[in-house]
Amino acid sequence: MKKLILSTVLCLGLAACSEPRSNARAVYLLLDTSGTYTAEMDKAQKIMNYLLATLDSGDSIAIARIDSGSFSEKDIIAKVTFDDRPSTANQQKRMFKDKIDEFVNNTKRGSRHTDITGGMLQASEYLEETGAGERYVLIFSDLEEDLQKGHIRDFPISLPDIHVVALNVTKLRSDNIDPRDYLKRLDLWEKRVYQAGGTWGVINDLERMDRLIAQR
Amino acid sequence: MFNEILTVWSNQPGISATIWLAILVFVAYLGRNPAHQLIYSTGRAIYAACRLFAASLRRLEASLQRRNKEVVMAMGQDASERAIEREFHRVNAVVTRDLSAYPALHRQISDTIDKIEEDYQAATDAPPLPPAWLEAVDSIASIPRTGDATVCSILDNIGKTLEDAHQETQKAYRKSTLERHKLLGAMQPQWRNLGQSLTRVKETIDGLEERSIEIDKQMKSYEAIRNGEDTAARTLSSSSLTQFFISTLVLVIAVFGGLINFQLIALPMSEMVGGASYIGPMKTSDIAALVIIMVEIAMGLFLMESLRITNLFPIIGSMDDKMRKRMVVITFSILAILATVEASLAYMRDLLALDREALTQSLAGGTVVEASFRWIPSIGQMVLGFILPFALAFVAIPLESFIHSLRTVLGAIALSVIHALAFTARLIGGTARQVARMLVNLYDLFIMLPLGIERLVTSSIGRKADKPETGESEPVRAELAKTKVYMREQS
Repeated sequence: MKKLILSTVLCLGLAACSEPRSNARAVYLLLDTSGTYTAEMDKAQKIMNYLLATLDSGDSIAIARIDSGSFSEKDIIAKVTFDDRPSTANQQKRMFKDKIDEFVNNTKRGSRHTDITGGMLQASEYLEETGAGERYVLIFSDLEEDLQKGHIRDFPISLPDIHVVALNVTKLRSDNIDPRDYLKRLDLWEKRVYQAGGTWGVINDLERMDRLIAQR
Repeated sequence: MFNEILTVWSNQPGISATIWLAILVFVAYLGRNPAHQLIYSTGRAIYAACRLFAASLRRLEASLQRRNKEVVMAMGQDASERAIEREFHRVNAVVTRDLSAYPALHRQISDTIDKIEEDYQAATDAPPLPPAWLEAVDSIASIPRTGDATVCSILDNIGKTLEDAHQETQKAYRKSTLERHKLLGAMQPQWRNLGQSLTRVKETIDGLEERSIEIDKQMKSYEAIRNGEDTAARTLSSSSLTQFFISTLVLVIAVFGGLINFQLIALPMSEMVGGASYIGPMKTSDIAALVIIMVEIAMGLFLMESLRITNLFPIIGSMDDKMRKRMVVITFSILAILATVEASLAYMRDLLALDREALTQSLAGGTVVEASFRWIPSIGQMVLGFILPFALAFVAIPLESFIHSLRTVLGAIALSVIHALAFTARLIGGTARQVARMLVNLYDLFIMLPLGIERLVTSSIGRKADKPETGESEPVRAELAKTKVYMREQS
């Protein structure tokens, strides 16, 4: 009996000493600003508002654009880690919203190329730095990568324990001719994400955003 | 493997199986007596073990029942002693309050009676009688006036004098009657006073009588408990069960009250201790809110103990009055401070909720609308935050009842479980015994062919008389004999 109690206490002590898993969440939203996607910015704004309403004190959020070369800090439009105090966190959310509104209003012209992989690498770096327990990369894009000449992106990427969710994946004109292109695109990204150690999901209907991140 | 064994005698499974069966029956016939003994001894062993287990359970049950009764009686005795003590305190209060003034009251009543008596004596004094010569004068005055005028005049004067004397006597009588009436009128408040004093005495005596009836009842119950009567034990057990259910119900209500309290202060707590830190799977702010509620309940417990309403901590109850009063003041002050803190937290919660609502509206693209009468829920939350800690303080009372009655309930449950176990053990033992008998019969049924042959052979060689007609083996006969003995014992 004594041994049992001793071993239980020991186990509990060891469990207490182990590094606790963070309960914070971190979200990195990649916005495709190439071509016709600039017209979809109002939808992106809705997603951002949903995220701001869902995330809480201690959570982090960053919004970055996908352009010709997305593996850069310059592409991050806004980022914030919400304060521990709910009232301060609410102020931060208001300021964040203002920044994004300004960006959306000023974005008139899309970039010539679409570097999704670079954006994902940047997202992975940012999420790693936050140390959050739950990590999300949301891609608001048609997933058609169009790299600038000379840019190298055909190597395995690393997205450990990151949930990658493609949002509002619009069908291209060519997809209507041969829908297999669309499915192939989705398959390709799914494989890449799983190979990178992450999980994959697609949400095209933005009314079902509640499936994305559970509200606490 | 099985097929190989099956077809060892013949390629046809049917024939081979029949041969196997014949071998088995023969072997079983040869081992009949040892097999019967084995089955019976196994059945008996299970039966004996189960009976032993059941007997020990019955002893445990009896011991637990005795212990339960002792506990219930002790609790009942304690409660009765407290009730009797309380009644005596009340009697003491009545005596101290009302009967301590009895000598003064008695003196007052005696004085009043003396005064009334004096007044009565004064009121019954005879009125002044007319002088004795008046009758002689009256006789002279009534002499008829027939002669001399002088005589007539004298007689008239005498008559007038007589009339005047009558008038004076009447006047004196009226005066004395008036005085008597005055005296009698003055007696009225004295009577009333006397009546009131007597009513007061009667009320006091009635109160004492009621108390004495109550004390008699309690004493009877106490005597029954002291004598260890079963009726008293049953009544106390039933009372404990009732107390258990009532206190559980009240505690459940208190838990809901605690949850509401928690909801009121959990969100603003995140403003104080941070909303992002966790202890294990729980938010630190939630734990802090729970701690505040627990501290409030603990303070409530100490307050009730200090007021001697509950008796969970004997050390507090046995403190001297001065220390106890200090403790009452301290615990009440802490409770009041915590209630104030909660009220302010509740207000902060309202502000935070308002801010969050405004943010959500702005995120949804709508304009922030100022709600009318927003102050009503704010005030409501503050009042609730202030009152709930005091309401939770009273949890101590049902908690004490729950803890005291829990022992009785757990004892009753344990008794039922032990009783059920003993019954099951007896059932298993009896079943094992019967199954053993059934197996022996089945065994004989399996080897009925060689048994039949044996019977034929034995009858043919003329030794039928030495063998039992039933064909029962020795162990079967022994077992039947034991069963008969057992049945006789049971009957």
